[in-house]
Amino acid sequence: MSLTAADVAEIMRLVEQSNFDELTLEMDGIKLCLRRGTPAATGTSGTAAAGGSSVTAPGTAVSPARPTEDAASAATASSLPHTAAAPTAAPPAATNTAVAPADPNVHEVASPLLGTFYRAPKPGASPFVEVGSQVEEGTVVAIIEVMKLMNTVRAGVRGTVTEILVADGALAEYGETLLRVRKAG
Amino acid sequence: MALRRILIANRGEIAVRIIRTCRKLNIETVLAASTADLNSVPAKLADRTICIGPARPGDSYLKVDTIVHAALATQSDAIHPGYGFLSERAALASLCEAQGVVFIGPTAAQIEAVGDKLRARLEAQAAGVPVVPGCAVSTIDEAMTAARDIGAPLLVKAVGGGGGRGLKRVDRLEELPSIMELAAAEAGAAFGDARVYLERFIASGRHVEVQILGDGKGRVIHLGERDCSVQRRYQKLVEETPAAGLSKSLRDALHSAAVRFCERLLYRGAGTVEFLVDRERESFHFLEMNARIQVEHPVTEAVTGVDLIAEQIAIAAGAGLSLSQSDIQVRGCAIECRVNAEDPTNDFRPSPGRVHEVTWPCEEGIRVDTYIASGSRVPPFYDSLMAKIIAYAPDRAAALTRLRQAISSTRVAGIHTNLPFHAVALADPEFQAGGFDTGFVTRLLERSPITMERARNG
Repeated sequence: MSLTAADVAEIMRLVEQSNFDELTLEMDGIKLCLRRGTPAATGTSGTAAAGGSSVTAPGTAVSPARPTEDAASAATASSLPHTAAAPTAAPPAATNTAVAPADPNVHEVASPLLGTFYRAPKPGASPFVEVGSQVEEGTVVAIIEVMKLMNTVRAGVRGTVTEILVADGALAEYGETLLRVRKAG
Repeated sequence: MALRRILIANRGEIAVRIIRTCRKLNIETVLAASTADLNSVPAKLADRTICIGPARPGDSYLKVDTIVHAALATQSDAIHPGYGFLSERAALASLCEAQGVVFIGPTAAQIEAVGDKLRARLEAQAAGVPVVPGCAVSTIDEAMTAARDIGAPLLVKAVGGGGGRGLKRVDRLEELPSIMELAAAEAGAAFGDARVYLERFIASGRHVEVQILGDGKGRVIHLGERDCSVQRRYQKLVEETPAAGLSKSLRDALHSAAVRFCERLLYRGAGTVEFLVDRERESFHFLEMNARIQVEHPVTEAVTGVDLIAEQIAIAAGAGLSLSQSDIQVRGCAIECRVNAEDPTNDFRPSPGRVHEVTWPCEEGIRVDTYIASGSRVPPFYDSLMAKIIAYAPDRAAALTRLRQAISSTRVAGIHTNLPFHAVALADPEFQAGGFDTGFVTRLLERSPITMERARNG
């Protein structure tokens, strides 16, 4: 098995939507290094940022984009935006439709609201699901807490959890992909 | 405490405006944005943008819990609410107080005191500020009795309303029962408060408001007044400062009434006290207080040199007032036009969509506050304000000339704007003379309808 271009694109998308800044993957004699591009914040140079967010479009129609955090590059010192912002204001329609989910058999569970992502019903309890867990449509897979109010998140499809993308206790934005589930049969 | 990071719970031009001052003060910004605004100019300018919900305001910008959660989770020290949305919701201010997040605005109690229009009337009376004759009414019978005393025409107003919303005019007393029922139903639906009150309708009034800053401990200063009499259906379109043609004694009386009103409340932050100025009688009445930064604040900034957003932040941080009354010197004149995505040839119908190409004016003495660049979108979910064009000059005539030049050099392609209206309004002799009442726009549109022809030729 080796990596196709589509695989690389998919991996880049995963990194972008995750909380990780860097990923190194070695398989079958191929080494892939990805680093999230945060030029303004960290001063990372161009080569490191090349694998970052600019290559893939940031979202899909199903799951609204997680805002890129490198927008600070547009943050020049202009007092009014109309001088600086014109080139960066890309038509949003393009980014919303450019990339379809790579695999139609994979369902992305999006956060229904902004809040804190919890994998377990309470601290110390075992998580609702792990990678590999079998889920039904109504299976609770996570909790999103907003000001002490717990909102359950359900799988939405029958299948197998393949990835959990947000760290327990981290902030999940509205529409952010929390988990991926490979649909059954 | 010094504020290091501020969450902006707003969008559009005011989000850009707040970011601009935060940059100057070396304060980081987190923009809380709906899905409709993730690619907006403020989203690009903010240090960080987080998605708080779908486009519909009720699912994003109006969710108090979500906004405070977002502030806590992003380690923001404070929330700036801008105007509209949650800016005058006591629930946000009090949740901030409970959670230890600084709310850049007045206290929850102050928001409640001025947000309830009846209570605000009582506060005004207690401060010796004249109010429009009127009273609270709960039944139709009570209303009829009161209406006979007040006399027609009169206004039915929502206790929880403001900015022209929940407002109905009664020309003949026999119409009162049906109009009052309608107003109460609308107020209940819009503000969750069906209470209404009656006020005499003052036919020839100027809308003049006073900008104030308070330290929350009883020290209050004013930064002059703004005339906002160019209104269509109670929506302001053009604002200017100083108000043209006011006698010194009337001007001083307005300023001191606003200061007295806010001193009594121990008001904290930036606020505006609105008055109706009776042209014939040289008298004035309290209308309402807005407990927030206002859309038209830049004209005050232009003539005083004060950055009102910076003052709001300093007061919220506990630094008090950096200025005393004698530091405030009004120099020159400033006029602002609100550029809205509306079609003035088609009853000002909203015209949201993509702006293919825009050129904002850049002449001397011109300031543009906007979130619209070429390629930007005006989403259909929010208000239609695209930009504010502000002209400043040593006197009113020069400011007007600059503004007219700026309006004519502005180009917006892709959607309709109300720029043709502004071109016509600013060219009108009544506007040029100044000092007119809030009936100006109605009279203007009767004598100079905004035709397609005129819209094309500017």
